[in-house]
Amino acid sequence: MSDRIKKARGHVSQSEGLIFEKSSPGKRGVELPPLDVPAADARSALGAHARDGVEGFPEVSEIEVIRHFTRLSTWNFAIDLGMYPLGSCTMKYNPRVNEHVARLEGIATEHPLQPAELSQGCLRILRQLEKILLEVTGMDAVTLQPSAGAQGELTGLLLIRAHLTAQGGPRKRVLIPDSAHGTNPATAVIAGYQVQNIKSDDKGEIDLAQLAQIVNDDVAALMVTNPNTLGIFEQNIAEAARILHGKGAQLYMDGANMNALAGIARPGDFGVDVMHMNLHKTFSTPHGGGGPGAGPVAMKKHLEPYMPLPVLAEKDARLYWDGNRPKSIGRVRAFYGNFGVLVRALAYALAYGHEMKQATQDAVLNANYIRKKLEDVYDLPYDLPSMHEVVFSDSRQKKNGVSTMDIAKRLIDYGFHPYTTAFPLIVPGALMIEPTESESREECDLFIDAMRAIAEEAATNPELVKSAPHSTRVGRLDEVTAARKPILRWKPTSKEQAAD
Amino acid sequence: MRYLPKSDNERRAMLEAIGAHSIEELFSTIPAQFRLKNPLPIPGPLSEMEIIDYFRARAAENSSGYTSFLGAGVYNHYRSVVTDTILLRGEFLTSYTPYQAEISQGTLQAIFEFQTLMCQLTGQEVANAGMWDGSTALTEAALMAERVTGRSRVLVARSVHPEYRQVLATYAKNSGLAIEEFGYAENGQADLAAIRGAVNDATAAVIVQSPNFFGVLEEVSAVAEIARSKGAVCVVGVSEAVSLGVVRPPAEADIVAMEGQSFGMAPSYGGPFAGVIAAREKYVRQMPGRLAGQTTDHEGRRGFVLTLATREQHIRREKATSNICTNQALCALAATVHLCLLGREGLREVAAQNLSKAQFALGELEKIPGVKRAFAAPFFNEFTVEFPRSVKMINADLLREKIIGPLPLGSYYPEQTKRGMVCVTETTSRGEIERLARAVKEILGRPV
Amino acid sequence: MYPSNLRYTKEHEWIKVEGNFGTVGITDFAQNELGDIVFVELPAVGRQLKSGESFGTVESVKAVSEIYSPISGEVAENNAKLNDAPETINKDPHGAGWLVKLRITNAAEVQGLMDAAAYQAFISEKKDH
Repeated sequence: MSDRIKKARGHVSQSEGLIFEKSSPGKRGVELPPLDVPAADARSALGAHARDGVEGFPEVSEIEVIRHFTRLSTWNFAIDLGMYPLGSCTMKYNPRVNEHVARLEGIATEHPLQPAELSQGCLRILRQLEKILLEVTGMDAVTLQPSAGAQGELTGLLLIRAHLTAQGGPRKRVLIPDSAHGTNPATAVIAGYQVQNIKSDDKGEIDLAQLAQIVNDDVAALMVTNPNTLGIFEQNIAEAARILHGKGAQLYMDGANMNALAGIARPGDFGVDVMHMNLHKTFSTPHGGGGPGAGPVAMKKHLEPYMPLPVLAEKDARLYWDGNRPKSIGRVRAFYGNFGVLVRALAYALAYGHEMKQATQDAVLNANYIRKKLEDVYDLPYDLPSMHEVVFSDSRQKKNGVSTMDIAKRLIDYGFHPYTTAFPLIVPGALMIEPTESESREECDLFIDAMRAIAEEAATNPELVKSAPHSTRVGRLDEVTAARKPILRWKPTSKEQAAD
Repeated sequence: MRYLPKSDNERRAMLEAIGAHSIEELFSTIPAQFRLKNPLPIPGPLSEMEIIDYFRARAAENSSGYTSFLGAGVYNHYRSVVTDTILLRGEFLTSYTPYQAEISQGTLQAIFEFQTLMCQLTGQEVANAGMWDGSTALTEAALMAERVTGRSRVLVARSVHPEYRQVLATYAKNSGLAIEEFGYAENGQADLAAIRGAVNDATAAVIVQSPNFFGVLEEVSAVAEIARSKGAVCVVGVSEAVSLGVVRPPAEADIVAMEGQSFGMAPSYGGPFAGVIAAREKYVRQMPGRLAGQTTDHEGRRGFVLTLATREQHIRREKATSNICTNQALCALAATVHLCLLGREGLREVAAQNLSKAQFALGELEKIPGVKRAFAAPFFNEFTVEFPRSVKMINADLLREKIIGPLPLGSYYPEQTKRGMVCVTETTSRGEIERLARAVKEILGRPV
Repeated sequence: MYPSNLRYTKEHEWIKVEGNFGTVGITDFAQNELGDIVFVELPAVGRQLKSGESFGTVESVKAVSEIYSPISGEVAENNAKLNDAPETINKDPHGAGWLVKLRITNAAEVQGLMDAAAYQAFISEKKDH
């Protein structure tokens, strides 16, 4: 192991079996108060529907549950431990006060179907967040309902579809850059559109000439991410919007990279018709191992009539849910969205207030600092200025057979989570790095140091990199067998497969 | 600013290292006319104390002090404090999707345990790592049935949660899926004769919910038999998962779409919750959502990885089984911890308490002249009651007693304006139930 | 390197013509690009295919490739052994890793396909780019 590793954190090597393997009949972790009404007989109440308990369910005590999950947690990397330089994920600090307020009595306890007069607190929270998001995006209306970015994208495309249908017909195609996130084309298909991929130009931006050629009455929209997935601001975006609008098409913006723009520039100002935000990115709500998130959709006035149901409305200083919107695209989920996530996002926004710009500036500063310190050792395929993220390629290291995946795995030994590998697709062997504003100069320097050390290892000792990670509890796992012969649940007979 | 780990000196030094004279220079690629000249006109910055004060003030404007008898897809069950002890561990709360398996084994093993628990609960062979909620899970289950059968017509019971059906309609409109609804019988269950009459060779799925929106249990095996007789799949939605502690699982279904909120997730004004799709193993490649699979490393140690990823958007792109990326992982972890705490006996006892309290509540209400049970079929912890008067008017009076009364069915089912749904859980005390009955009796005793 | 008794397509499929039947698979180049194959989706027997029509997929852990029919024909047989042993395609892509056997409907189409030398040249060019 290199003696340049300054902050490697050893992974706990303790074994921990599955909870089912610790189970034994008769144990339980929760006890209830005694029943205060006559006990109903399940057989008479339910007849043939009665069940005698769940077969195979674990039976463990409270301390075993605490130990089991605490041990499991020690096997995870987390923002609380160190940097996740994952591109376009915006792994920023998850403020703890957000967790506190989301759990308050009177916030966590409210039922969505209770009368509006008993929910004014919840509704005011939503209204306040709406106002803030409208300022950040420069749009006219917003819905907080979508559960995640992907659902936001679908909502946005359905709004476009409804608008175009009202104008004469929904049209057939959605244009998507080859650098786009996979949710974009997947969503377009669910929205009933065909996907047409458009290539980026040699600078990594939207090719305006190609766009002008392709856009016609058959094109419903262009889905763009700005800054794009190379971390570069699409300088021609206003012109792209003009080309689209000239043919009655719409500009959808994937807001995943808003961490480069919040407080600095507003998509509504540069021609975007509708966009989603990822609150679990820009607005700090925790990733929690994969979710929950929220994907609010902000739009220009002409799309407002089609907003999903219900719409938050106000009358006589009282807020209420308005379900009377005949042109609405309908409901996209039950109730009102991931309210608890929206609470956290508001807490974050209130913490920054009008100084939100400072976070954006620090994010862009960190990314550019890292770029400057690594551009002599890693190949930079597109050299337009980076915003909040920088994309290198592994082409220099590939000469020794070392790929971006190998470098990423070796980075684990240095105490960091890998950056995003192999995305965007337009950069073969990509290293997509987004530090966010939450990283101190010290952490950035340690990251730079680690990446430089690995570049050197790739040149002088490639095997060390190719066989990484060396410091984790498990090595690289056999994904091939996992896909060929999937084992997707524990079964009682696998008790023989003891944990190591 | 307390979330930003930099001093102005450090910022200056970093700018120097970059070779920039000011931070504004780093934004020069944004055309000048789009760069904002003023700070955003939004409230704040607030200190931690002020943030907490703000939300406490909002909390005081909600329903504190009221007793609620609402269910309808969101259930007020007891959440152990142990759940948050685990959820708030930074390694779970602030970790990312487990794409890098070596440093995400905690998350991956927890997902594997979740998948197992969901299979055990639902009687199905395979379950995914979660969907956004019950309504979108049911919708994705319908789309999955479309893929599995190659057919594009779906039959849905009117007794499925109205909001779930609305979501299904929104998605179906654009995917060429034709939705047809069928009614419910007098006893509250889905009308089997209606299904038999409607199902044909173009039907992809027959969809019911159990317990259904009215609280009544469906005859899943009968529905499944009718569906299969024409080569359609049977999809069952479950919105009150605690029922599975004492009610037979829908094992005859081909696909189950469940809402997991009842397991360790607070009502939280409607979200975040956690849906899940469970199904027969032969359909696994058509299943949306992430899947954690067991495997080994090169030294034979057991580990877990996300697997069958070629179904998903980041690889399959426009041909993916779904566009879902971010799911509800932390909520699914809450369910996992909650269920491990309850265990087999605990879940059975909770479910039994729910059943008993509901039977008791119905009994108390039926003692009131003019009030009767609306549906004869068996129910779990939620039931529909018929009143001699409009439920909305009764509820207005109940609010004065600080009681949030039965959910009026009339807004969803115009033919049921005098009916309301009552839900009780293990957290509803006998005293509260008796108080509800007394208040209703008193209100009905007054002249109109 | 590439068997001379096979014909090849630009999408990296091969076909072995024997009388009225053509056996189809993917080439060594394709299996190498994909990596360890984990799953194969094949068409049902009896399905009619047009030249160039997509009839299935081959999947590795991180990628999916569609397979296109080199000629028009009817699926007479598909290689069910691949369900349990998809890795056969990696081990023996031009032999035991065959995907389908087609009953050829238009023999003339075979003439338009590349021979081994042409295919070798085609993929060498690809590598240089």
